[in-house]
Amino acid sequence: MEDIIASISTSLSVGAISIVRVSGAGSVDLVDKIFSNDLKSKQSHTITYGYIIDNNEKIDEVLVSVFLAPKTYTKEDIVEINCHGGYATTNKVLQLLLDNGARLAQPGEFTKRAYLNGRIDLLEAEAISDLINSKTELTRKMAINGIEKKISNTIRELRDEIALILSNIEVNIDYPEYTDEVEITHNLIKENIKNFRNKINYILKKSKNNMLIKEGIKVGIFGRPNVGKSSLLNRLIEEDKAIVTNIEGTTRDIVEATCKIDDIVINLYDTAGIRKTDDVIEQIGVKKSLDILNNIDLAIIVLNGNEKLTEYDKELLDITKDKIRIIFINKDDLDKKIDIDNIDNIVYGNTLTEKGIDKLKSKILKVFDLEKITDEDLTFLSSARTISLLNKCSNIIDKVDNTITQDIPIDMIEIDIKEIWNLLGEITGDNYNDELIDKMFENFCLGK
Amino acid sequence: MLYDIIVVGGGHAGCEAALSSARLNNNTLLITGNINNIADMPCNPSIGGSAKGIVVREIDALGGEMGRCADKSHIQIKLLNSSKGPAVRSLRAQADKITYPKTMQETLKNCKNLTIKEDIVEDLIIEDKKVCGVKLENGEEIKSKIVILTTGTYLKADILVGSERTRSGPNNQRPSNFLSDRLKDLGFNIQRLKTGTPPRLDRNSIDYEKAQREDGDNQELTFSFDNKIFYDVNKQVPCYLVYTNELTHQIIRDNLEKSAMYGGYATGIGPRYCPSIEDKVVRFSDKSRHQLFLEPESLFYDDIYLQGFSTSMPRDVQERMVHSIEGLENVKILKYAYAIEYDAIDPLQINYSLETKIIENLFTAGQINGTSGYEEAAAQGLIAGINASRKLQNKEPLILRRDEAYIGVLIDDLVTKGTKEPYRLLTSRAEFRLLLRHDNADLRLREYGHEIGLVDDKRYEQFLLKKQQINECIEILKNKKIGVTDKNNNYLQSKNSSKISDGITLYELLKRPEIKIEDLKFFIPLNFSDEILDITSTNIKYEGYINKEIKEAKKMREQDEKLIPEDIDYNNVKNLASEARQKLINVKPKSIGQASRISGVNPADISILLIYLKRRGKHE
Repeated sequence: MEDIIASISTSLSVGAISIVRVSGAGSVDLVDKIFSNDLKSKQSHTITYGYIIDNNEKIDEVLVSVFLAPKTYTKEDIVEINCHGGYATTNKVLQLLLDNGARLAQPGEFTKRAYLNGRIDLLEAEAISDLINSKTELTRKMAINGIEKKISNTIRELRDEIALILSNIEVNIDYPEYTDEVEITHNLIKENIKNFRNKINYILKKSKNNMLIKEGIKVGIFGRPNVGKSSLLNRLIEEDKAIVTNIEGTTRDIVEATCKIDDIVINLYDTAGIRKTDDVIEQIGVKKSLDILNNIDLAIIVLNGNEKLTEYDKELLDITKDKIRIIFINKDDLDKKIDIDNIDNIVYGNTLTEKGIDKLKSKILKVFDLEKITDEDLTFLSSARTISLLNKCSNIIDKVDNTITQDIPIDMIEIDIKEIWNLLGEITGDNYNDELIDKMFENFCLGK
Repeated sequence: MLYDIIVVGGGHAGCEAALSSARLNNNTLLITGNINNIADMPCNPSIGGSAKGIVVREIDALGGEMGRCADKSHIQIKLLNSSKGPAVRSLRAQADKITYPKTMQETLKNCKNLTIKEDIVEDLIIEDKKVCGVKLENGEEIKSKIVILTTGTYLKADILVGSERTRSGPNNQRPSNFLSDRLKDLGFNIQRLKTGTPPRLDRNSIDYEKAQREDGDNQELTFSFDNKIFYDVNKQVPCYLVYTNELTHQIIRDNLEKSAMYGGYATGIGPRYCPSIEDKVVRFSDKSRHQLFLEPESLFYDDIYLQGFSTSMPRDVQERMVHSIEGLENVKILKYAYAIEYDAIDPLQINYSLETKIIENLFTAGQINGTSGYEEAAAQGLIAGINASRKLQNKEPLILRRDEAYIGVLIDDLVTKGTKEPYRLLTSRAEFRLLLRHDNADLRLREYGHEIGLVDDKRYEQFLLKKQQINECIEILKNKKIGVTDKNNNYLQSKNSSKISDGITLYELLKRPEIKIEDLKFFIPLNFSDEILDITSTNIKYEGYINKEIKEAKKMREQDEKLIPEDIDYNNVKNLASEARQKLINVKPKSIGQASRISGVNPADISILLIYLKRRGKHE
């Protein structure tokens, strides 16, 4: 009960501002960690201006209100962060808080605390009781969802694999005289940890995809001037939003547009055309384009199929090589002169005839493994929670990987592995007390 | 004659209950079916084992007898898991089945305030939901303020061999036929449990050439913190290891329907951790062999206990099964394996103090509460004896927490989760096992033992000295800083440890996995015993893990301190899931913490319960 809880208090729709609320002893210190200015010395019921910072990167310009216990809604220390509206930023702020030790508040939990701390009265408490109940209903609804199920199943499988290792370690401890059973060694754990890490990374990716679905996929379109970026964008959104001319450099600003592919929101960013000069790096280094490159989920590189790769093209391919990207080769009706090999995710097409546009659309879904999603009844709630728990798992895996080389006894390492198992159980709601003991006797043959 | 406390049953629970009760100056009567069978070991000839060995240390720390008695009577002892981490080490001894009971019987006979009577108890005298004595087989009544039932497997005991069923306790001892019916009438839920034992073999007929020898440890070890050595390390008796094979398994499969279990002759529920050999063969059909241990029962007779081979097959099949094993081809079976069925009560009907919820002043301990194992029984007997005494003195009962003792885990599990099979302690049942170590049982519990009055001043002072030395040792390591010198760095490198570039305390240096506490003697003299050095080293090396568990334990404790009023009516708590409601009604948890450990009670139910309690508090 006494841990710090956080959640987005305003509705999750596009609005002018949204508020992230944090409650619990230590809330001020927690927010202080990710805030540009000092909060700790602030008096109660004051507002401070500054930035939310993640590793020196400014996430959002915010106003932070500090309310110190007991004169607050929950009777605990409360910090409220007024962010600019929109999912992405607000979620990022929440995610930062969760990463720094806050727990995502359950529905109604602020109110529940208010009640338990004697702040509000009976009538309100009745409502909370219902709210808490509705949580299970919500979980039930979420469980029906196909994607959640897929992730849950993957988590369950992983959890079962971990349980087998754990129960084997327990068997080694509880029945040391039974030497016929496999002895879990450091090497064996090391191998398994690799497997765990892969699975967790896969699950993390899937969970992040869920967030993509909720927030939309940010797609940037890159390419040298007049290669057809704006036309492609128009084809995708099927309206003349960007001005298309054949004069180089028409598109001065980054055009933002939105389209939907199979109900998944795609936020498109066109980039300013960049004239060819001798210094390619400098060109590509045009600040806005680079900013976009850093913030998008997917880069579409548009190339001219009728020409050989230019220095600019090569540079662009190099800069984006670690990014998720699709290469769209335009003007495929003309002679193929482009010399491009060994690159994944190439789509040929023509922005004038719409050829290849559908292929491009399905490719976009494919690179995110989103082709089969039909039901998008996902909530940020589940994903942010999942991601924050999975990040914790990932950190512990690193720790285990580290301790395993240090010859720490297996039964100590097991403490950490058990924590991973518990965290995964928290995600799926599968923790029950005697589960491991049941597993022991299911899988191992022991006893007098 | 009015006794303060009557203990019914002279097994391991009964012995500890009677001794602690009498030692705490209560006029105590122990009633047992056969005085010569007091502290008998009808099952395996060993004391301790994983987790259980730590329980014996805990019993000793609290001032119980089992550890000291085992120290005087074993023929082999080893420290299990010594190659693993410090948290899971545990002692296991082959106890001599003649010497152990004899030693315990002597202790009981010499105990002040304790009378022993040979008889069978068939009824309780109950007045106004309070027990005030027992009724013997012949109708004689004996009055007392408190009764502790430690009846073991003797309630309606049946011995099963194949399809044969005989009403009898172990070793042809007479069971109690009516007491469990009486308990049922009083409102106890009676369950039928089962456990089995393997055949006993003549040690002179075994071909040891074909078996693998298993010796005791080469170091002096004791269960008791008295640290007195009664045995010669070089004269320990070995055990042997043999294996079943495909032929054995075929014989078992061919005769499965003849076994009491598979033939449907048994009705009781057996423990999963002691599967019969039939069970092992059926459930793990892919295994080509199973390990069996040949354990000597005593120096004074020839029986070898065939650990791992309990069965309820008829005698002729047992003969063929045993003879199929390499090394046992010509073996003579001295006693056939059997299963035993007995009545037990539902432990959800007892309190943490081990007093029953239904009848005041009636305590239960040991197998009657659904546990198995000598150590589990002894631990409960001790707690029951202590709490019966404290009740007479109007003192709060001794309730050990899950982060304080395996005994705490055992009792919390029993009264919170109940049990459907004979319950055995396992290290995996303890969530804080790094805190519940073999080496710190006295640090955890000695204070209680002294305060209660079972640990005398002399032993207590010895304990205080140990504590002081540990603190001194830690202080020395914290205060001694070593500098960056060639001498120091060369030494570190010789220990495969990296050089230092800044001054470092020995305390920090010891945290390096490759540095042992003995290595630090290079920098500073450490004039402490190995025991002190070991425990200091563990505390420092694993400080991170230990602190993590301490933090978790604190969280649990906070939940355990949120008490639920006894008169709560869960039917009035709206919105509870129906399974949770039923479980809460059955278990009647004492605290929010206990409620959250009941399987089937979810976090949402706990929140609802908290809100209800808060609201109720406001109304009053």
